[in-house]
Amino acid sequence: MTTKMFGAPVQRTEDLRLLVGNGRYLDDLGEGAYEAAFVRSPHARARITGIDVTGALDVDGLIAIYTYEDLAGRVAEPLPLLIPHPALTHGRTAYPLAKEFVNHVGEAVVMVVATDRYLAEDACERITVEYEALPPVVGIENAFRADRLVHDDVPGNCAAHLVQEVGDAPAAIAAAPNRLELKLDIERSACMPMEGRGVYARWDAADESLRVYTSTQTSTGVRAAVAAKLDLPLDRVECVTPDVGGGFGVKIVHPWPEEILIPWAARLLDHEVKWTEDRREHFISAAHERGQLQTVRVGFDDDGRLLGLDVEILHDNGAYTPYGIIVPIITSTQLLGPYKPGAYRVDFRSLYTNTVIVTPYRGAGRPQGVFAMERAMDAIADHLGKDRTEVRAVNFIQPDEMPYDHGLLFQDGRPLIYDSGDFPGSLDALKKLVGWDEFEAYRAQARAEGRRVGIGVACYVEGTGVGPYEGGHVQVETTGKVVVATGLTSQGQGHQTVFAQIVADELGVPIEDVTVTTGDTRRFPYAVGTFASRAAVMSGNAIALAARNVKAKALRIAGEALEADPRDLEIVDGHVRVKGSPGASVALGTVAVLSNPLRYAFDEASKAATQLTGKADFSKPPVAEDDEPGLEGRDYYSPPTATFANGMHAVIVETDPDTAEIRILRYCVVHDCGHLINPMIVEGQVHGGVAQGVGGALYERMEYDEHGQLVNASFMDFLMPYASEVPKIEIDHLETPSPLNPLGIKGAGEAGVIPAAAVFASAIEDAEGFPITRMPIQPSELFHLRKRFAAGEIPALRRGADHAAGTHR
Amino acid sequence: MTETQIPTEQRLDIRLSVNGVPHTTTVTPRRLLSDCLRHDLGLTGTHVGCEHGVCGACTVRVDGKPMRACLMFAVSAQGHEITTVEGLAEPDGTMHPVQQAFRECHGLQCGFCTPGFLTVVSAFLEENPTPTEEEAREAVSGNLCRCTGYQNIVKSVLRAAEITEERKGCAHAEGDAR
Repeated sequence: MTTKMFGAPVQRTEDLRLLVGNGRYLDDLGEGAYEAAFVRSPHARARITGIDVTGALDVDGLIAIYTYEDLAGRVAEPLPLLIPHPALTHGRTAYPLAKEFVNHVGEAVVMVVATDRYLAEDACERITVEYEALPPVVGIENAFRADRLVHDDVPGNCAAHLVQEVGDAPAAIAAAPNRLELKLDIERSACMPMEGRGVYARWDAADESLRVYTSTQTSTGVRAAVAAKLDLPLDRVECVTPDVGGGFGVKIVHPWPEEILIPWAARLLDHEVKWTEDRREHFISAAHERGQLQTVRVGFDDDGRLLGLDVEILHDNGAYTPYGIIVPIITSTQLLGPYKPGAYRVDFRSLYTNTVIVTPYRGAGRPQGVFAMERAMDAIADHLGKDRTEVRAVNFIQPDEMPYDHGLLFQDGRPLIYDSGDFPGSLDALKKLVGWDEFEAYRAQARAEGRRVGIGVACYVEGTGVGPYEGGHVQVETTGKVVVATGLTSQGQGHQTVFAQIVADELGVPIEDVTVTTGDTRRFPYAVGTFASRAAVMSGNAIALAARNVKAKALRIAGEALEADPRDLEIVDGHVRVKGSPGASVALGTVAVLSNPLRYAFDEASKAATQLTGKADFSKPPVAEDDEPGLEGRDYYSPPTATFANGMHAVIVETDPDTAEIRILRYCVVHDCGHLINPMIVEGQVHGGVAQGVGGALYERMEYDEHGQLVNASFMDFLMPYASEVPKIEIDHLETPSPLNPLGIKGAGEAGVIPAAAVFASAIEDAEGFPITRMPIQPSELFHLRKRFAAGEIPALRRGADHAAGTHR
Repeated sequence: MTETQIPTEQRLDIRLSVNGVPHTTTVTPRRLLSDCLRHDLGLTGTHVGCEHGVCGACTVRVDGKPMRACLMFAVSAQGHEITTVEGLAEPDGTMHPVQQAFRECHGLQCGFCTPGFLTVVSAFLEENPTPTEEEAREAVSGNLCRCTGYQNIVKSVLRAAEITEERKGCAHAEGDAR
């Protein structure tokens, strides 16, 4: 019997290549290609008054210099606004190269192409751009105050204003026995994949076709964008995603200016052209996320039950809105988490600033939403003198209330309906895992040793597997090998392995015989992309359905060859056989030969198959009217609504009484993403997410000065956690399968990062005895908060007085 | 020479020994070792993550010691023995214990930072073949990974030490049998 692959911790098929240096990342391709470099704006807001390139013209190896004036046709138009929304009344996008104005440091102004990157950079340094500097808008308060405008024709710097309401929250809050208001501030961080962006294009003049390799999260999207911008028929453009060195959201934006400019130059120069982003470019010209100011007003009863919740969000969208307002929409809907809010009103403004654009970063708006809700939960508990988990439990949506309709619209424009979940079960599991009920005893013991410790908890629900669709193609070759393709990309999540696991089980073949291609429009042209923890749900189910089609066809053809009823057949270890009579069998490769009534014996398999053709029925054509040659199948999966994974984190921290250093003692996760395809990979995803969450909570912040200069635009200055900063992560899984899809799965890619800022805030304030409202919190910030607290500028938590009494002295 | 005149760049013929194989190539004095390995010699396994010596993705071994290839000029590597990720496996293709351990323990996701970790860990285990978990964590704490959260990387270091030991055991057993 073949071992079941679904659910097994199968080692990754990707790794053999990647471990020996045989990966093919973008910059590993294109030997001999010309290389591009960019002159980028040193000003946050300025008018370009002149560009002098003469100094660069003599640079050895220079091929071409392009400014906005050189762009033609649709390349000279602003980049597309990908996801329009009625509330996005003032969407603005950049030009591929700046036209007259620059709106953030790092905006591309001139593109240089040379025979070598070193020479292209030499030429960039010799180009003089004259600017008339204008005062920039930096920071959310300044953007909201709107003394100055980022775009002259956008009043109030407001790109979008959206209100969603269920019931009358202000009235419910006014009538509630208890009321609180919180002002919160959350960091601006960034994905920072280890591989930056990169594009490499080949133009075939004879064929008038273009092949674009790009480090993207959506090959089909880039393909369509390039075809449209370069005015090429879609069938003349291919887009291939090679190995991608991490994405985390930043590579879903498309087209990046460079994804248009590099193919455009390759065609113009009739030569391969490549651009590989360097790290400083990535900091100042890719994308950031997270930055929000939030006002949370909440009314609740004496048990802590929410009666009304009113949230106002000011969201910093940077200088342009190419990816629409997905991030604040997600924040405003996903902040509800596992709770019933009572009446709910959310009001957000998405604001322009003269800084790098803001687009989804792993978690995509959810960490901010969870921060708002979980800070509120802790504040309610503190107000009522209740245990923080009790207040959460009293607000949970119960398992028997699933599916649960919030009455709001989610990021995909569809109703926000939770498909399944067991929140009380998750909380019980988490409390056991972290030892919640024993913590006070531990705190007392630590206090006796002069140590200050705190525990935090945070819950989240994550909409995963958003539509509209993905597809899969499964083909059995005459060798019996199975080739699978799906259009969505992979940036390290192990898609090739998990999709192979699914096919191995569905089709009854050894996993070693299955090869999976992702993100190559030559192999599968219809796809959306890899984001929103959707790959396993969308492509996984599409591939399963495609494999079922192949299986049905294999059984039908084998039935004819074996003169058996297909219902009596099974596929085991790559052979179709009669159930209970393993002697009567035919190899799947042979079935593939039979499926294609060619009479050429290319190989041993076809030679063998020609012996098996059986009795020919000359009254019928060799390929029936409703049939196709080949043992292959294609199918699509398109869900009515997203799936909703969920989880809860708890952390125990120790804060140094003198240095305010924050040390993580325990980090516990209870995670529910439905059925696990590969637990090893799911846990790896959780680990990675938590690490990015630790970064966002304790270290990472994009530091802009008042001039709009990003002052920490290097790995030396922007602190990301190393192994020494990430704790051991303890994980427990719950599996409440999704009723929405055949495999019962939900996405898992972003889960780890979502509640991290909230859980650390909860634990740090528990250790310190005063509220934490701003993240990330570095030791210096905690140190200053302590001083303000000691000076009476910050009120104590009600429970804080007891907790901290022993250590504050 | 006026300021706008561009001097002709000097080009130097150098000989590099990489993974035991001698290479000759011509480089400018400013060419980084990482670019020379990747683009002149075609050894693209060594990756460049930051180009300022912080992330460790470009780490190679120079005379056995881990070095950032983005902080070294190609010309200064002449006369030294360089080992890249392509040189870690045995000539017969058997993976280095560190490579095998990273596979077994899911010590990589996107794989971009992985060659840097592999070169660092291979050198570390030669110095400390039986590390504690704490020492294993310390050993990899100069390399950035954005995917894994390091937990499985630390596990991989410990597992690599075990595999090295197991292989020694096998070699001894084979020796005894002869």
